[in-house]
Amino acid sequence: MKRWLWPLVIFLVLAVFLGVGLTLNPREVPSPLIGKPAPPFQLPQLHDPEKTFSQKDMAGKVWLLNVWASWCGPCREEHPIWVDLAKTNVVPIYGLNYKDKRSDSMAWLQRYGDPYVLSASDLKGSIGIDYGVYGVPETYVIDKQGIIRFKQIGPVTPAVLKEKILPLIAKLNGNA
Amino acid sequence: MEMHKYMILLYFFVFPCALSHAAGDAALEQRVQRVAAELRCLVCQNQSLADSHAELAVDLKNKVREQLERGASEKDVLQFMTERYGDFVLYRPPLKTTTLLLWFGPGLLLLAGLAALFLRLRRRSAVAAEPVLTAAERARAATLLDSSSDPNSLNHHGEPKAR
Repeated sequence: MKRWLWPLVIFLVLAVFLGVGLTLNPREVPSPLIGKPAPPFQLPQLHDPEKTFSQKDMAGKVWLLNVWASWCGPCREEHPIWVDLAKTNVVPIYGLNYKDKRSDSMAWLQRYGDPYVLSASDLKGSIGIDYGVYGVPETYVIDKQGIIRFKQIGPVTPAVLKEKILPLIAKLNGNA
Repeated sequence: MEMHKYMILLYFFVFPCALSHAAGDAALEQRVQRVAAELRCLVCQNQSLADSHAELAVDLKNKVREQLERGASEKDVLQFMTERYGDFVLYRPPLKTTTLLLWFGPGLLLLAGLAALFLRLRRRSAVAAEPVLTAAERARAATLLDSSSDPNSLNHHGEPKAR
């Protein structure tokens, strides 16, 4: 009886650790930016490069910043979700067009629909680095004080939108 | 075909870059490499920035170079990256309460193994040290066992219990 005990205990401990390890998604690196002010930027607007867009323009509003690019496959996957969400007017969606060619991104929006109030062009990707972007698409929920409250890495799914993003937006709009 | 494409890429981009850097500031480049080796590439997570040729890794290496050129210390650069990508970018995780197990787990396992080994060896030597009966003792035990069908009347030395 006792002979069995220790190997069994060790096996169970190992199984628990490995089990937890298997269920974690290594692609989802927790962002240190949650709860911090959105990094400042001032970028030309995609549709009108003469004008600029800055995170400061959004002070006092809860908004979404969606990092996207025309070369990014998964962006197309999540795109219909944004197009639908934009129709509901629940939250303004702003795009950060990441390391893209202007003509490509314009054509892409024409083809798949443009859910963005506007997109800012991060041609060199340096603002992307400030936001800790490493896998497009990524989406940030930013509150009225300009604090990042949530970050979605990779394409947003209907479940994430319904269970996390929308309730969070409702809460941020109600409380602040 | 694929190979061909990569070779062309190498000739046009990587080799000239390598050459120009070598000719340029070798010391700076060495520092960039050293910092890049400390940082994880987030796209291909099992590679360091130094090893990775992912586009983001190249961008981040340029960022490292740019900052070092501006006079930032290597620690500053690591700090810059951690602020954006979290501790995960560091190949050497910092010592924190959440990383205690990571840092000391292997040591603990080693200690546990040594403790188990020690206990086992001690138990084994205790067994071995138990007095071996001499032939005379053995014979006496045998007669005692024979003479009494009730083993309870004997204590474990084979002698009648003192009453």
